[in-house]
Amino acid sequence: MAMRTEPFVVNVGPQHPSTHGVFRLRLTLDGERIVDCQMVMGYLHRSMEKLAEERSFTQNIPFTDRTDYLAAMTGNLAYCLAVEKLASVPVPPRAQWIRTIMAELQRIASHCMAIGTFINDCGAWHTPLLYMMREREKVLDLFELACGARLTTNYMRIGGVSRDLPPEFMPRLRDFVKEMPQRISEYEDLLVENEIIIARARGVGVLPADKAISYSVSGPMLRGSGVAWDLRKADPYAAYDQVEFDIPVGTNGDCYDRFLVRLAEMRQSVRILEQALDMIPSGPYQTQVPLALQPPPGEAYGRIESPRGELGFYVVSDGGPAPFRFHIRSPSLINLTPLPELVRGMTVADAIVILGSVDIVVGEVDR
Amino acid sequence: MGTRYLSGLELAHRISQRLPEAVVDANPEWVEVRPDDLVEVCRFLRDDEETDFKFLSCLTAVDRLDHFEVVYHLQSFRLNQLGVLKVKVWDREEPEVPSVTSVWLGADLQEREAYDLMGIRFRGHPDLRRLFLWEGFPGHPLRKDWLAMPGQRMPGLQRFPGEPGEPDTGRG
Repeated sequence: MAMRTEPFVVNVGPQHPSTHGVFRLRLTLDGERIVDCQMVMGYLHRSMEKLAEERSFTQNIPFTDRTDYLAAMTGNLAYCLAVEKLASVPVPPRAQWIRTIMAELQRIASHCMAIGTFINDCGAWHTPLLYMMREREKVLDLFELACGARLTTNYMRIGGVSRDLPPEFMPRLRDFVKEMPQRISEYEDLLVENEIIIARARGVGVLPADKAISYSVSGPMLRGSGVAWDLRKADPYAAYDQVEFDIPVGTNGDCYDRFLVRLAEMRQSVRILEQALDMIPSGPYQTQVPLALQPPPGEAYGRIESPRGELGFYVVSDGGPAPFRFHIRSPSLINLTPLPELVRGMTVADAIVILGSVDIVVGEVDR
Repeated sequence: MGTRYLSGLELAHRISQRLPEAVVDANPEWVEVRPDDLVEVCRFLRDDEETDFKFLSCLTAVDRLDHFEVVYHLQSFRLNQLGVLKVKVWDREEPEVPSVTSVWLGADLQEREAYDLMGIRFRGHPDLRRLFLWEGFPGHPLRKDWLAMPGQRMPGLQRFPGEPGEPDTGRG
Protein backbone atom coordinates (compact mmCIF):
# COMPACT_ATOMS: atom_id res chain seq x y z
CA MET A 1 0.00 0.00 0.00
CA ALA A 2 1.37 3.39 -0.95
CA MET A 3 1.92 5.64 2.01
CA ARG A 4 0.11 8.97 1.95
CA THR A 5 1.12 12.11 3.77
CA GLU A 6 -0.70 15.23 4.83
CA PRO A 7 -1.13 17.56 1.84
CA PHE A 8 1.57 20.19 1.92
CA VAL A 9 1.37 23.49 0.07
CA VAL A 10 4.44 25.00 -1.56
CA ASN A 11 4.13 28.54 -2.75
CA VAL A 12 6.36 29.47 -5.70
CA GLY A 13 6.60 33.16 -6.46
CA PRO A 14 5.36 35.72 -7.23
CA GLN A 15 8.86 37.05 -6.53
CA HIS A 16 10.93 34.09 -7.58
CA PRO A 17 13.55 33.95 -10.35
CA SER A 18 12.18 30.76 -11.88
CA THR A 19 8.69 32.16 -12.40
CA HIS A 20 10.17 34.51 -15.03
CA GLY A 21 8.45 37.57 -13.68
CA VAL A 22 5.71 38.10 -11.13
CA PHE A 23 3.79 34.88 -11.52
CA ARG A 24 2.74 32.60 -8.71
CA LEU A 25 2.24 28.86 -8.49
CA ARG A 26 0.50 27.27 -5.54
CA LEU A 27 1.53 23.63 -5.52
CA THR A 28 -0.13 21.06 -3.27
CA LEU A 29 2.15 18.12 -2.59
CA ASP A 30 1.62 14.60 -1.42
CA GLY A 31 5.10 13.70 -0.26
CA GLU A 32 7.34 14.65 -3.18
CA ARG A 33 4.61 14.58 -5.81
CA ILE A 34 2.43 17.45 -6.94
CA VAL A 35 -1.27 16.63 -6.66
CA ASP A 36 -2.67 20.05 -7.45
CA CYS A 37 -1.39 23.22 -9.06
CA GLN A 38 -3.08 26.57 -9.03
CA MET A 39 -1.80 29.47 -11.09
CA VAL A 40 -2.19 32.91 -9.60
CA MET A 41 -1.64 35.77 -12.01
CA GLY A 42 -2.53 39.40 -12.45
CA TYR A 43 0.38 40.96 -10.55
CA LEU A 44 1.40 42.73 -13.74
CA HIS A 45 -2.10 43.45 -15.00
CA ARG A 46 -2.06 46.98 -16.38
CA SER A 47 -5.50 46.91 -17.98
CA MET A 48 -4.14 47.62 -21.44
CA GLU A 49 -7.33 46.54 -23.15
CA LYS A 50 -9.27 49.21 -21.27
CA LEU A 51 -6.61 51.90 -21.64
CA ALA A 52 -6.50 51.30 -25.38
CA GLU A 53 -10.16 52.22 -25.73
CA GLU A 54 -9.37 55.85 -24.93
CA ARG A 55 -6.34 56.26 -27.16
CA SER A 56 -6.11 56.65 -30.90
CA PHE A 57 -5.10 53.72 -33.04
CA THR A 58 -1.57 55.10 -33.45
CA GLN A 59 -1.21 55.92 -29.76
CA ASN A 60 -1.82 52.28 -28.91
CA ILE A 61 1.33 51.04 -30.64
CA PRO A 62 3.58 51.64 -27.56
CA PHE A 63 1.28 49.39 -25.50
CA THR A 64 2.13 46.53 -27.80
CA ASP A 65 5.82 46.90 -26.86
CA ARG A 66 4.99 46.47 -23.25
CA THR A 67 2.92 43.31 -23.41
CA ASP A 68 5.63 40.91 -24.52
CA TYR A 69 8.64 43.00 -23.59
CA LEU A 70 11.07 40.37 -24.86
CA ALA A 71 9.54 40.58 -28.31
CA ALA A 72 8.37 44.14 -28.80
CA MET A 73 8.81 44.11 -32.58
CA THR A 74 6.43 41.22 -33.08
CA GLY A 75 3.89 42.85 -30.78
CA ASN A 76 4.06 46.03 -32.88
CA LEU A 77 3.72 44.01 -36.05
CA ALA A 78 0.65 42.01 -34.98
CA TYR A 79 -1.22 45.12 -33.90
CA CYS A 80 -0.35 47.07 -37.03
CA LEU A 81 -1.49 44.15 -39.18
CA ALA A 82 -4.86 44.11 -37.43
CA VAL A 83 -5.41 47.84 -37.90
CA GLU A 84 -4.21 47.70 -41.51
CA LYS A 85 -6.75 44.97 -42.13
CA LEU A 86 -9.46 47.02 -40.46
CA ALA A 87 -8.70 50.25 -42.34
CA SER A 88 -7.47 48.60 -45.58
CA VAL A 89 -4.09 50.33 -45.47
CA PRO A 90 -1.56 49.06 -48.02
CA VAL A 91 2.04 48.46 -46.92
CA PRO A 92 4.88 49.11 -49.39
CA PRO A 93 7.20 46.16 -50.19
CA ARG A 94 10.27 47.63 -48.51
CA ALA A 95 8.34 48.01 -45.27
CA GLN A 96 7.18 44.39 -45.54
CA TRP A 97 10.79 43.26 -45.77
CA ILE A 98 11.95 45.52 -42.94
CA ARG A 99 9.19 44.02 -40.82
CA THR A 100 10.28 40.50 -41.72
CA ILE A 101 13.89 41.29 -40.80
CA MET A 102 12.88 42.82 -37.48
CA ALA A 103 10.52 39.97 -36.62
CA GLU A 104 13.21 37.38 -37.28
CA LEU A 105 15.88 39.28 -35.36
CA GLN A 106 13.42 39.51 -32.52
CA ARG A 107 12.76 35.78 -32.69
CA ILE A 108 16.49 35.10 -32.36
CA ALA A 109 16.79 37.48 -29.39
CA SER A 110 13.71 36.07 -27.70
CA HIS A 111 14.71 32.45 -28.22
CA CYS A 112 18.16 33.28 -26.79
CA MET A 113 16.44 34.36 -23.59
CA ALA A 114 13.99 31.47 -23.67
CA ILE A 115 16.70 28.84 -24.06
CA GLY A 116 19.08 30.57 -21.65
CA THR A 117 16.57 30.86 -18.82
CA PHE A 118 15.21 27.38 -19.50
CA ILE A 119 18.68 25.97 -19.07
CA ASN A 120 19.03 27.99 -15.89
CA ASP A 121 15.86 26.30 -14.66
CA CYS A 122 17.40 22.93 -15.54
CA GLY A 123 20.34 23.68 -13.28
CA ALA A 124 23.09 24.64 -15.73
CA TRP A 125 23.75 27.86 -13.95
CA HIS A 126 24.13 31.06 -15.95
CA THR A 127 27.00 30.18 -18.27
CA PRO A 128 24.79 29.29 -21.27
CA LEU A 129 22.47 32.20 -20.45
CA LEU A 130 25.33 34.67 -20.58
CA TYR A 131 26.51 33.24 -23.91
CA MET A 132 23.00 33.78 -25.21
CA MET A 133 22.91 37.30 -23.79
CA ARG A 134 26.00 38.08 -25.86
CA GLU A 135 24.10 37.29 -29.07
CA ARG A 136 20.92 38.97 -27.93
CA GLU A 137 22.96 42.08 -27.28
CA LYS A 138 23.97 42.21 -30.94
CA VAL A 139 20.35 42.06 -32.01
CA LEU A 140 19.48 44.84 -29.60
CA ASP A 141 22.32 46.92 -31.05
CA LEU A 142 20.76 46.47 -34.47
CA PHE A 143 17.40 47.59 -33.10
CA GLU A 144 19.03 50.61 -31.55
CA LEU A 145 20.52 51.47 -34.89
CA ALA A 146 17.15 51.22 -36.64
CA CYS A 147 14.88 52.94 -34.17
CA GLY A 148 16.90 54.23 -31.23
CA ALA A 149 15.40 51.83 -28.69
CA ARG A 150 16.52 48.43 -27.57
CA LEU A 151 13.65 46.92 -25.62
CA THR A 152 10.43 48.84 -26.21
CA THR A 153 11.05 49.56 -29.83
CA ASN A 154 7.80 51.19 -30.98
CA TYR A 155 9.16 50.87 -34.52
CA MET A 156 6.23 49.67 -36.64
CA ARG A 157 3.58 52.08 -37.80
CA ILE A 158 0.19 51.57 -39.34
CA GLY A 159 1.14 51.37 -43.01
CA GLY A 160 4.84 50.62 -42.59
CA VAL A 161 7.64 51.42 -40.18
CA SER A 162 8.50 54.67 -38.43
CA ARG A 163 11.76 55.36 -40.32
CA ASP A 164 13.90 53.81 -42.98
CA LEU A 165 16.91 51.68 -42.10
CA PRO A 166 20.08 53.77 -41.75
CA PRO A 167 22.80 53.04 -44.36
CA GLU A 168 25.05 51.27 -41.84
CA PHE A 169 22.31 48.82 -40.87
CA MET A 170 22.62 46.35 -43.73
CA PRO A 171 26.41 45.82 -43.40
CA ARG A 172 25.99 45.27 -39.67
CA LEU A 173 23.17 42.81 -40.32
CA ARG A 174 25.35 41.01 -42.86
CA ASP A 175 28.08 40.58 -40.24
CA PHE A 176 25.56 39.27 -37.76
CA VAL A 177 24.11 36.78 -40.23
CA LYS A 178 27.60 35.59 -41.10
CA GLU A 179 28.55 35.08 -37.48
CA MET A 180 25.35 33.63 -36.06
CA PRO A 181 25.45 30.10 -37.60
CA GLN A 182 28.79 29.46 -35.87
CA ARG A 183 27.32 30.64 -32.60
CA ILE A 184 24.31 28.36 -32.99
CA SER A 185 26.67 25.45 -33.69
CA GLU A 186 28.46 26.37 -30.48
CA TYR A 187 25.19 26.22 -28.56
CA GLU A 188 24.38 22.89 -30.12
CA ASP A 189 27.76 21.45 -29.14
CA LEU A 190 27.39 22.80 -25.65
CA LEU A 191 23.75 22.01 -24.97
CA VAL A 192 22.07 19.43 -27.18
CA GLU A 193 23.76 16.43 -25.63
CA ASN A 194 24.39 18.06 -22.30
CA GLU A 195 23.81 15.54 -19.54
CA ILE A 196 22.14 18.02 -17.21
CA ILE A 197 19.58 19.04 -19.80
CA ILE A 198 18.82 15.52 -20.95
CA ALA A 199 18.42 14.27 -17.38
CA ARG A 200 16.15 17.14 -16.42
CA ALA A 201 14.11 17.71 -19.57
CA ARG A 202 13.72 14.49 -21.54
CA GLY A 203 10.42 12.76 -20.85
CA VAL A 204 9.36 15.61 -18.56
CA GLY A 205 6.14 17.55 -19.19
CA VAL A 206 4.95 15.45 -22.12
CA LEU A 207 2.11 17.06 -24.06
CA PRO A 208 0.73 14.78 -26.82
CA ALA A 209 -0.23 16.39 -30.13
CA ASP A 210 -4.02 16.00 -29.83
CA LYS A 211 -3.96 17.45 -26.32
CA ALA A 212 -1.77 20.33 -27.48
CA ILE A 213 -4.30 21.24 -30.18
CA SER A 214 -7.26 20.97 -27.83
CA TYR A 215 -5.47 23.14 -25.28
CA SER A 216 -5.00 25.87 -27.92
CA VAL A 217 -1.25 26.01 -27.29
CA SER A 218 0.80 27.50 -30.12
CA GLY A 219 4.35 28.29 -31.13
CA PRO A 220 7.32 26.12 -30.13
CA MET A 221 5.14 24.36 -27.58
CA LEU A 222 2.74 23.13 -30.26
CA ARG A 223 5.56 22.27 -32.65
CA GLY A 224 7.44 20.48 -29.89
CA SER A 225 4.45 18.14 -29.75
CA GLY A 226 4.95 17.34 -33.42
CA VAL A 227 2.33 19.59 -35.04
CA ALA A 228 3.89 21.43 -37.99
CA TRP A 229 1.83 24.59 -37.66
CA ASP A 230 3.44 27.95 -38.19
CA LEU A 231 1.47 31.05 -39.17
CA ARG A 232 4.43 32.33 -41.17
CA LYS A 233 3.73 29.46 -43.57
CA ALA A 234 0.03 28.84 -42.97
CA ASP A 235 -1.17 32.44 -43.15
CA PRO A 236 1.80 34.44 -44.49
CA TYR A 237 2.11 38.10 -43.54
CA ALA A 238 4.84 40.68 -44.24
CA ALA A 239 7.23 39.05 -46.76
CA TYR A 240 7.10 35.48 -45.46
CA ASP A 241 5.46 34.21 -48.64
CA GLN A 242 8.69 35.01 -50.50
CA VAL A 243 11.23 33.29 -48.29
CA GLU A 244 12.14 29.66 -47.85
CA PHE A 245 12.44 28.03 -44.45
CA ASP A 246 11.49 24.84 -42.66
CA ILE A 247 9.26 24.26 -39.67
CA PRO A 248 11.21 22.27 -37.06
CA VAL A 249 9.02 19.90 -35.07
CA GLY A 250 9.58 17.65 -32.08
CA THR A 251 8.58 14.02 -31.67
CA ASN A 252 7.81 13.41 -28.00
CA GLY A 253 6.30 16.72 -26.92
CA ASP A 254 8.49 16.95 -23.82
CA CYS A 255 10.50 19.88 -22.46
CA TYR A 256 13.59 18.69 -24.33
CA ASP A 257 11.74 18.81 -27.66
CA ARG A 258 10.51 22.33 -27.00
CA PHE A 259 14.09 23.35 -26.34
CA LEU A 260 15.32 21.66 -29.55
CA VAL A 261 12.57 23.31 -31.60
CA ARG A 262 13.62 26.75 -30.34
CA LEU A 263 17.24 26.06 -31.14
CA ALA A 264 16.37 24.85 -34.64
CA GLU A 265 14.11 27.86 -35.20
CA MET A 266 17.04 30.18 -34.58
CA ARG A 267 18.82 28.54 -37.52
CA GLN A 268 15.76 29.00 -39.70
CA SER A 269 15.54 32.65 -38.66
CA VAL A 270 19.13 33.18 -39.79
CA ARG A 271 18.21 31.50 -43.07
CA ILE A 272 15.32 33.93 -43.56
CA LEU A 273 17.60 36.88 -42.75
CA GLU A 274 20.14 35.67 -45.33
CA GLN A 275 17.45 35.73 -48.00
CA ALA A 276 16.14 39.09 -46.84
CA LEU A 277 19.61 40.64 -47.22
CA ASP A 278 19.52 40.02 -50.96
CA MET A 279 15.82 40.47 -51.60
CA ILE A 280 14.96 43.69 -49.77
CA PRO A 281 13.91 46.27 -52.38
CA SER A 282 14.35 50.01 -52.18
CA GLY A 283 11.38 52.31 -52.16
CA PRO A 284 9.05 53.94 -49.66
CA TYR A 285 9.00 52.55 -46.14
CA GLN A 286 5.60 53.85 -45.12
CA THR A 287 2.15 54.60 -46.46
CA GLN A 288 1.03 58.00 -45.26
CA VAL A 289 -1.82 57.44 -42.84
CA PRO A 290 -3.61 60.23 -40.92
CA LEU A 291 -2.43 60.37 -37.33
CA ALA A 292 -6.02 60.32 -36.09
CA LEU A 293 -6.95 57.36 -38.22
CA GLN A 294 -10.66 56.53 -38.20
CA PRO A 295 -11.23 53.07 -39.68
CA PRO A 296 -14.76 52.26 -40.84
CA PRO A 297 -16.97 50.39 -38.36
CA GLY A 298 -16.08 46.74 -38.32
CA GLU A 299 -13.66 44.32 -36.78
CA ALA A 300 -10.43 42.60 -37.69
CA TYR A 301 -8.31 39.82 -36.27
CA GLY A 302 -4.63 40.21 -37.12
CA ARG A 303 -2.31 37.43 -36.04
CA ILE A 304 1.31 36.48 -36.43
CA GLU A 305 3.72 33.82 -35.29
CA SER A 306 5.46 35.55 -32.41
CA PRO A 307 8.41 33.80 -30.72
CA ARG A 308 5.92 32.44 -28.20
CA GLY A 309 3.14 31.41 -30.56
CA GLU A 310 0.04 32.84 -32.15
CA LEU A 311 -0.15 36.48 -31.15
CA GLY A 312 -3.45 37.94 -32.25
CA PHE A 313 -5.06 41.35 -31.98
CA TYR A 314 -8.84 41.51 -32.23
CA VAL A 315 -9.69 45.13 -32.91
CA VAL A 316 -13.24 46.45 -33.19
CA SER A 317 -13.95 49.92 -34.55
CA ASP A 318 -17.15 51.92 -34.28
CA GLY A 319 -15.90 54.50 -36.77
CA GLY A 320 -14.32 56.66 -34.07
CA PRO A 321 -10.68 57.62 -33.61
CA ALA A 322 -10.09 55.01 -30.86
CA PRO A 323 -10.69 51.25 -30.90
CA PHE A 324 -14.10 50.29 -29.55
CA ARG A 325 -12.60 47.03 -28.32
CA PHE A 326 -8.99 45.95 -28.29
CA HIS A 327 -8.27 42.36 -27.33
CA ILE A 328 -4.89 40.67 -27.26
CA ARG A 329 -4.84 36.95 -27.91
CA SER A 330 -1.81 36.29 -25.82
CA PRO A 331 0.18 33.12 -26.50
CA SER A 332 1.91 33.31 -23.10
CA LEU A 333 -1.42 33.12 -21.26
CA ILE A 334 -2.98 30.45 -23.41
CA ASN A 335 0.14 28.27 -23.41
CA LEU A 336 -0.21 28.14 -19.62
CA THR A 337 -3.60 26.42 -19.85
CA PRO A 338 -2.16 22.85 -19.77
CA LEU A 339 0.36 23.64 -17.01
CA PRO A 340 -1.65 22.16 -14.07
CA GLU A 341 -2.08 18.94 -16.00
CA LEU A 342 1.58 18.80 -17.03
CA VAL A 343 2.93 19.21 -13.50
CA ARG A 344 0.51 16.81 -11.79
CA GLY A 345 2.42 13.79 -10.49
CA MET A 346 5.81 15.48 -10.96
CA THR A 347 8.15 16.97 -8.37
CA VAL A 348 8.58 20.67 -7.63
CA ALA A 349 11.92 20.66 -9.45
CA ASP A 350 10.21 19.28 -12.57
CA ALA A 351 7.47 21.89 -12.33
CA ILE A 352 10.13 24.61 -12.58
CA VAL A 353 11.59 22.99 -15.70
CA ILE A 354 8.14 22.61 -17.28
CA LEU A 355 7.27 26.24 -16.59
CA GLY A 356 10.62 27.25 -18.08
CA SER A 357 9.89 25.25 -21.23
CA VAL A 358 6.56 27.05 -21.74
CA ASP A 359 8.52 30.31 -22.01
CA ILE A 360 6.08 32.84 -20.62
CA VAL A 361 6.54 36.57 -20.48
CA VAL A 362 4.43 37.82 -17.62
CA GLY A 363 3.84 41.18 -19.25
CA GLU A 364 1.96 39.30 -21.92
CA VAL A 365 0.22 36.89 -19.56
CA ASP A 366 -1.30 39.69 -17.49
CA ARG A 367 -1.30 42.59 -19.99
CA MET B 1 -1.91 30.54 -50.43
CA GLY B 2 -2.78 31.36 -46.89
CA THR B 3 -5.60 30.74 -44.52
CA ARG B 4 -9.03 30.65 -46.10
CA TYR B 5 -11.44 32.89 -44.21
CA LEU B 6 -14.63 30.89 -44.19
CA SER B 7 -17.68 33.03 -44.90
CA GLY B 8 -20.30 33.22 -42.17
CA LEU B 9 -22.96 32.43 -44.78
CA GLU B 10 -21.19 29.22 -45.69
CA LEU B 11 -20.84 28.30 -42.03
CA ALA B 12 -24.51 29.08 -41.39
CA HIS B 13 -25.49 26.81 -44.27
CA ARG B 14 -23.36 24.01 -42.89
CA ILE B 15 -24.67 24.41 -39.34
CA SER B 16 -28.32 24.52 -40.37
CA GLN B 17 -28.00 21.22 -42.19
CA ARG B 18 -27.39 19.59 -38.84
CA LEU B 19 -29.01 22.02 -36.40
CA PRO B 20 -31.71 23.90 -38.30
CA GLU B 21 -32.77 26.06 -35.36
CA ALA B 22 -29.34 27.18 -34.20
CA VAL B 23 -28.39 30.00 -36.60
CA VAL B 24 -29.71 33.44 -35.66
CA ASP B 25 -27.88 35.62 -38.14
CA ALA B 26 -25.11 35.34 -40.69
CA ASN B 27 -23.10 37.67 -42.88
CA PRO B 28 -19.88 37.23 -44.86
CA GLU B 29 -17.76 37.89 -41.77
CA TRP B 30 -19.37 35.76 -39.08
CA VAL B 31 -22.25 33.56 -38.04
CA GLU B 32 -24.32 34.12 -34.93
CA VAL B 33 -25.91 31.19 -33.13
CA ARG B 34 -28.37 30.80 -30.27
CA PRO B 35 -26.62 30.57 -26.90
CA ASP B 36 -28.61 27.45 -26.03
CA ASP B 37 -27.23 25.59 -29.03
CA LEU B 38 -23.67 26.88 -28.70
CA VAL B 39 -22.02 23.78 -27.27
CA GLU B 40 -23.69 21.49 -29.79
CA VAL B 41 -22.75 23.78 -32.67
CA CYS B 42 -19.14 23.94 -31.48
CA ARG B 43 -18.89 20.19 -31.11
CA PHE B 44 -20.35 19.79 -34.60
CA LEU B 45 -17.94 22.32 -36.15
CA ARG B 46 -15.00 20.66 -34.41
CA ASP B 47 -15.85 17.12 -35.57
CA ASP B 48 -17.32 17.88 -38.99
CA GLU B 49 -15.14 16.87 -41.96
CA GLU B 50 -15.74 20.12 -43.84
CA THR B 51 -15.09 22.57 -41.03
CA ASP B 52 -12.63 20.62 -38.83
CA PHE B 53 -12.23 23.41 -36.28
CA LYS B 54 -9.98 21.48 -33.91
CA PHE B 55 -8.24 24.61 -32.63
CA LEU B 56 -9.93 27.40 -30.69
CA SER B 57 -7.75 30.28 -31.76
CA CYS B 58 -9.25 33.15 -29.77
CA LEU B 59 -12.17 33.62 -27.43
CA THR B 60 -13.19 37.05 -26.26
CA ALA B 61 -16.16 39.22 -25.35
CA VAL B 62 -17.26 42.63 -26.62
CA ASP B 63 -19.59 45.06 -24.87
CA ARG B 64 -21.86 46.48 -27.61
CA LEU B 65 -23.62 48.88 -25.19
CA ASP B 66 -27.04 47.21 -25.43
CA HIS B 67 -25.79 43.64 -25.45
CA PHE B 68 -22.69 41.50 -25.05
CA GLU B 69 -21.07 39.47 -27.77
CA VAL B 70 -18.83 36.48 -27.21
CA VAL B 71 -16.60 35.94 -30.22
CA TYR B 72 -14.93 32.64 -31.13
CA HIS B 73 -12.20 32.44 -33.76
CA LEU B 74 -11.94 28.85 -34.89
CA GLN B 75 -9.09 27.38 -36.87
CA SER B 76 -8.65 24.19 -38.82
CA PHE B 77 -5.06 23.01 -39.31
CA ARG B 78 -5.84 20.31 -41.85
CA LEU B 79 -7.93 22.53 -44.14
CA ASN B 80 -6.20 25.75 -43.09
CA GLN B 81 -9.37 27.76 -42.68
CA LEU B 82 -10.64 30.21 -40.09
CA GLY B 83 -14.24 30.81 -39.09
CA VAL B 84 -15.80 33.36 -36.75
CA LEU B 85 -18.67 32.38 -34.49
CA LYS B 86 -20.61 34.73 -32.23
CA VAL B 87 -23.25 34.54 -29.55
CA LYS B 88 -25.13 37.54 -28.21
CA VAL B 89 -26.54 37.98 -24.72
CA TRP B 90 -29.03 40.75 -24.05
CA ASP B 91 -29.21 40.47 -20.28
CA ARG B 92 -26.82 43.13 -18.99
CA GLU B 93 -27.34 42.24 -15.34
CA GLU B 94 -26.57 38.52 -15.47
CA PRO B 95 -25.10 37.71 -18.88
CA GLU B 96 -24.70 33.96 -19.20
CA VAL B 97 -23.31 31.83 -22.01
CA PRO B 98 -22.61 28.09 -21.99
CA SER B 99 -18.96 27.19 -21.53
CA VAL B 100 -17.16 25.49 -24.40
CA THR B 101 -14.48 23.96 -22.17
CA SER B 102 -16.04 20.56 -22.85
CA VAL B 103 -15.28 21.06 -26.55
CA TRP B 104 -11.88 22.76 -26.39
CA LEU B 105 -9.72 22.58 -23.28
CA GLY B 106 -8.08 25.83 -24.42
CA ALA B 107 -11.24 27.77 -23.52
CA ASP B 108 -10.43 27.46 -19.81
CA LEU B 109 -8.29 30.53 -19.13
CA GLN B 110 -9.84 32.56 -21.95
CA GLU B 111 -13.32 32.17 -20.46
CA ARG B 112 -12.00 33.04 -17.03
CA GLU B 113 -10.47 36.19 -18.50
CA ALA B 114 -13.75 37.16 -20.16
CA TYR B 115 -15.57 36.52 -16.88
CA ASP B 116 -13.08 38.56 -14.90
CA LEU B 117 -12.94 41.60 -17.16
CA MET B 118 -16.36 41.55 -18.86
CA GLY B 119 -18.49 39.68 -16.33
CA ILE B 120 -19.86 37.03 -18.68
CA ARG B 121 -20.80 33.91 -16.72
CA PHE B 122 -19.85 30.75 -18.54
CA ARG B 123 -22.32 28.07 -17.48
CA GLY B 124 -20.59 24.73 -16.97
CA HIS B 125 -17.04 26.08 -16.63
CA PRO B 126 -15.20 23.84 -14.14
CA ASP B 127 -13.53 26.66 -12.20
CA LEU B 128 -14.98 30.05 -13.03
CA ARG B 129 -13.00 32.46 -10.88
CA ARG B 130 -11.47 35.84 -11.58
CA LEU B 131 -8.16 35.52 -13.40
CA PHE B 132 -6.28 38.82 -13.03
CA LEU B 133 -8.27 40.84 -10.50
CA TRP B 134 -9.02 39.74 -6.97
CA GLU B 135 -12.27 38.39 -5.59
CA GLY B 136 -14.27 41.35 -4.35
CA PHE B 137 -13.11 43.77 -7.02
CA PRO B 138 -16.05 46.03 -7.82
CA GLY B 139 -17.46 45.29 -11.24
CA HIS B 140 -15.91 44.20 -14.50
CA PRO B 141 -13.65 46.89 -15.96
CA LEU B 142 -13.98 46.16 -19.66
CA ARG B 143 -17.69 46.91 -19.57
CA LYS B 144 -18.45 50.24 -21.14
CA ASP B 145 -20.46 51.35 -18.09
CA TRP B 146 -17.68 50.64 -15.59
CA LEU B 147 -15.99 54.00 -15.99
CA ALA B 148 -18.13 56.74 -17.49
CA MET B 149 -17.46 56.91 -21.21
CA PRO B 150 -16.34 60.18 -22.76
CA GLY B 151 -19.19 62.14 -24.28
CA GLN B 152 -21.70 60.74 -21.77
CA ARG B 153 -22.44 57.77 -24.00
CA MET B 154 -22.72 55.46 -21.02
CA PRO B 155 -22.98 56.26 -17.32
CA GLY B 156 -20.47 54.73 -14.92
CA LEU B 157 -17.92 55.45 -12.24
CA GLN B 158 -16.27 58.86 -12.53
CA ARG B 159 -13.00 57.78 -11.01
CA PHE B 160 -11.06 54.59 -10.43
CA PRO B 161 -12.37 52.52 -7.47
CA GLY B 162 -10.48 53.13 -4.27
CA GLU B 163 -10.07 56.84 -4.82
CA PRO B 164 -11.91 59.03 -2.27
CA GLY B 165 -15.63 59.02 -2.83
CA GLU B 166 -15.68 55.82 -4.86
CA PRO B 167 -16.52 52.26 -3.77
CA ASP B 168 -13.85 50.43 -1.81
CA THR B 169 -11.72 47.98 -3.77
CA GLY B 170 -12.10 45.32 -1.12
CA ARG B 171 -8.37 45.24 -0.60
CA GLY B 172 -8.34 47.24 2.65
